[in-house]
Amino acid sequence: MTTPDSGTAPVAAPPDPMWPEPFEVRQVARETGDTFTLTLVPKVGSQPHPFAPGQFNMLYVFGVGEVPISISGDPDRPELLVHTIRAVGATTRALQKLKRGDQVGVRGPFGTRWPVDQAHGQDIVLVAGGIGLAPIRPVVYHVLRHRALYGRVVLLYGARTPHDILYARELRDWRGRFDAEVEVTVDRATIEWQGGVGVVTKLIQRSPFDPSSAVAMICGPEVMIRFASLALEKRGMTTASIHVSMERNMKCAVGLCGHCQLGPHFVCKDGPVFRYERIEPLFGLREV
Amino acid sequence: MQPGDSVVIERVVLDALLAALRERGYETVGPTVREGAIVYDEIRATSDLPAGWTDEQEGGHYRLRRDDREALFGYAVGPHSWRRYLEPPSLVRWRGRRVDGGFEDDLTPGPPPRYAFVGVRPCELAALLVKDRILLGDPGADPDYRSRRESAFLVAVNCGSPAGTCFCVSMGTGPRFGPGFDLGLTELVDDARHDFVLQVGTARGAAVVEGLPHRPAEPADLTAAEAVLREAEGRMGRSLETEGLKERLERSYENPHWDEVAKRCLSCGNCTMVCPTCFCSTVEDSTDLPGTRAERRRIWDSCFSIEFSYVHGGSVRTSAGARYRQWITHKLATWHDQFGVSGCVGCGRCITWCPVGIDITAEARAIGGPAEAAGSRP
Ligand SMILES: Cc1cc2nc3c(=O)[nH]c(=O)nc-3n(C[C@H](O)[C@H](O)[C@H](O)COP(=O)(O)OP(=O)(O)OC[C@H]3O[C@@H](n4cnc5c(N)ncnc54)[C@H](O)[C@@H]3O)c2cc1C
Ligand code: SF4
Ligand code: SF4
Ligand code: FES
Repeated sequence: MTTPDSGTAPVAAPPDPMWPEPFEVRQVARETGDTFTLTLVPKVGSQPHPFAPGQFNMLYVFGVGEVPISISGDPDRPELLVHTIRAVGATTRALQKLKRGDQVGVRGPFGTRWPVDQAHGQDIVLVAGGIGLAPIRPVVYHVLRHRALYGRVVLLYGARTPHDILYARELRDWRGRFDAEVEVTVDRATIEWQGGVGVVTKLIQRSPFDPSSAVAMICGPEVMIRFASLALEKRGMTTASIHVSMERNMKCAVGLCGHCQLGPHFVCKDGPVFRYERIEPLFGLREV
Repeated sequence: MQPGDSVVIERVVLDALLAALRERGYETVGPTVREGAIVYDEIRATSDLPAGWTDEQEGGHYRLRRDDREALFGYAVGPHSWRRYLEPPSLVRWRGRRVDGGFEDDLTPGPPPRYAFVGVRPCELAALLVKDRILLGDPGADPDYRSRRESAFLVAVNCGSPAGTCFCVSMGTGPRFGPGFDLGLTELVDDARHDFVLQVGTARGAAVVEGLPHRPAEPADLTAAEAVLREAEGRMGRSLETEGLKERLERSYENPHWDEVAKRCLSCGNCTMVCPTCFCSTVEDSTDLPGTRAERRRIWDSCFSIEFSYVHGGSVRTSAGARYRQWITHKLATWHDQFGVSGCVGCGRCITWCPVGIDITAEARAIGGPAEAAGSRP
């Protein structure tokens, strides 16, 4: 029986969306026990990949595997491709072991963006849980850089313990500003912890923003997204002005492999950022 | 000769057609008998075709049987679809090699294979057009599929022998072919004749036919071809009511019937492996032993596996019921949202090749049927 040939990749005009482009590791910085920030730069002679807040890349470790990771750097500085990664499995651990000068394959950026441009003149409410602060950080950079374009700016962040807080130094800097409201809470406090304890959704109740003129962006575990949006709705926001970032298994990132489906949506190209009203009907359902 | 023309060719001329396609550099692929089933493989002459064979198909049942009409195309579809050739089950998508401090592309581009598919059934032609919407669409056009698809020459064959699991009439895809073929055949076989009405679909199809012995099709030939199709339409083994089906499925995410299907479904994924429209794949990265060369393969995957929806911490769809729901809801409902058509062309393969005979038409009726909406959310 002849098997359909599978030996060579036929001619395809680059860039083929499945080919990883080598980027150079500039820095691997430890954030918490299991989380690190990887800064990549294009190889000499290659172009940076400009991105928008909310987008992600597929990061490839030679021969090991490839995983979707949000871009957590400053969109106004695309020459530095920054990712904050939690080492949980084979590929993310291999990424953690990289050293300055090593190379990582990059495909991207992919996916939809946080609505920073549509939010001009409105209050910005950012709600992040755990590693979910990483995809939110580009919004913080953008909004603070273009501060005059926005109303009040609120960042509500929840971590498991004080040791799991990401970007602690930056959070302190942002807290120190008079034009941003930053609240951090932990599920379980340690003795030194002076901040709040409890779930991040609780912070929404008394947060100083105007629900009738606010845009909310939420990133974190699905249960957290659900309760955060309920709390925002209770404050009077509608699901049309709430935006959430979703996570599904991803293999191709270009809408071809089928893995990331969430009802009718491909999270890789219709998301990861969704207007909450579009996916809210699927949220209470089991195993979608 | 031009697209739209119809001629008649004798049975023996089919050999000349195959030869003409091979001369033009096509590898001719078509139905042939292997290990008790009609599969697709290279065919060099009509003697490689399943002459005189027909198939019996039912839920979980497939058997070949002799048929004394000696028709060359007197059967329905088997376990293979053309998908094997346009999206091979395992395909290298990228190669790289380690270089000082990093890696670089290591590609050995070759010309894409040039296939002539002989015996493309109407439902399969429809499936190819569904695939085109997915794999040639924006933004993720698949360059490998594109090159294979664009060079493929399609010889379609109208269906005169639908199987017990066929329901192309319900899906509007058969038993007569729609557009998209280069050449289209209708086999006319009875005591008096054995020849083919051949419709020209494209200019390159016309160019091939011009070199073959043929005569113009008479009204009597066209009437005979029409009669074959009329008769086939009346012999569909299954049917599916599509009116309102999408909406009913969308309301049925919480239907208890999914748990009932889960008791029967083995999660084997056969249904997805035989389906001509299924497109899910995974990406596998590996290296050679010294770790100096790496390869990226695209491999067929199935939404019936637990790993398919894995994210750190566990899979999204852990129960068999949720996976069956995902599959059938995708086929018959969300596919419309994604690609503007149904994901099912009614070929019946998933019914025939399901080891326990789970039937998409029966499950759709049970889940989303107008009379049995009990248990679905309003
Ligand atoms: C759009 C998007 C953005 C993400 N952004 C970040 C980020 O900024 N920082 C971060 O630490 N993590 C992020 N993740 C999660 C990250 O992709 C997974 O943690 C990672 O895939 C785990 O891979 P692994 O091989 O190390 O783990 P394993 O557990 O060994 O995973 C095996 C395979 O399962 C799949 N997989 C496992 N977990 C996930 C997951 N959560 N999401 C999607 N696929 C998964 C991958 O294909 C992976 O190769 C993001 C996921 C998505 C979908
Ligand atoms: S779902 Fe079943 S009947 Fe429909 S196209 Fe796929 S294999 Fe054929
Ligand atoms: S429906 Fe049948 S063929 Fe499909 S996974 Fe279940 S048992 Fe296998
Ligand atoms: S990741 Fe492949 S379709 Fe979305």
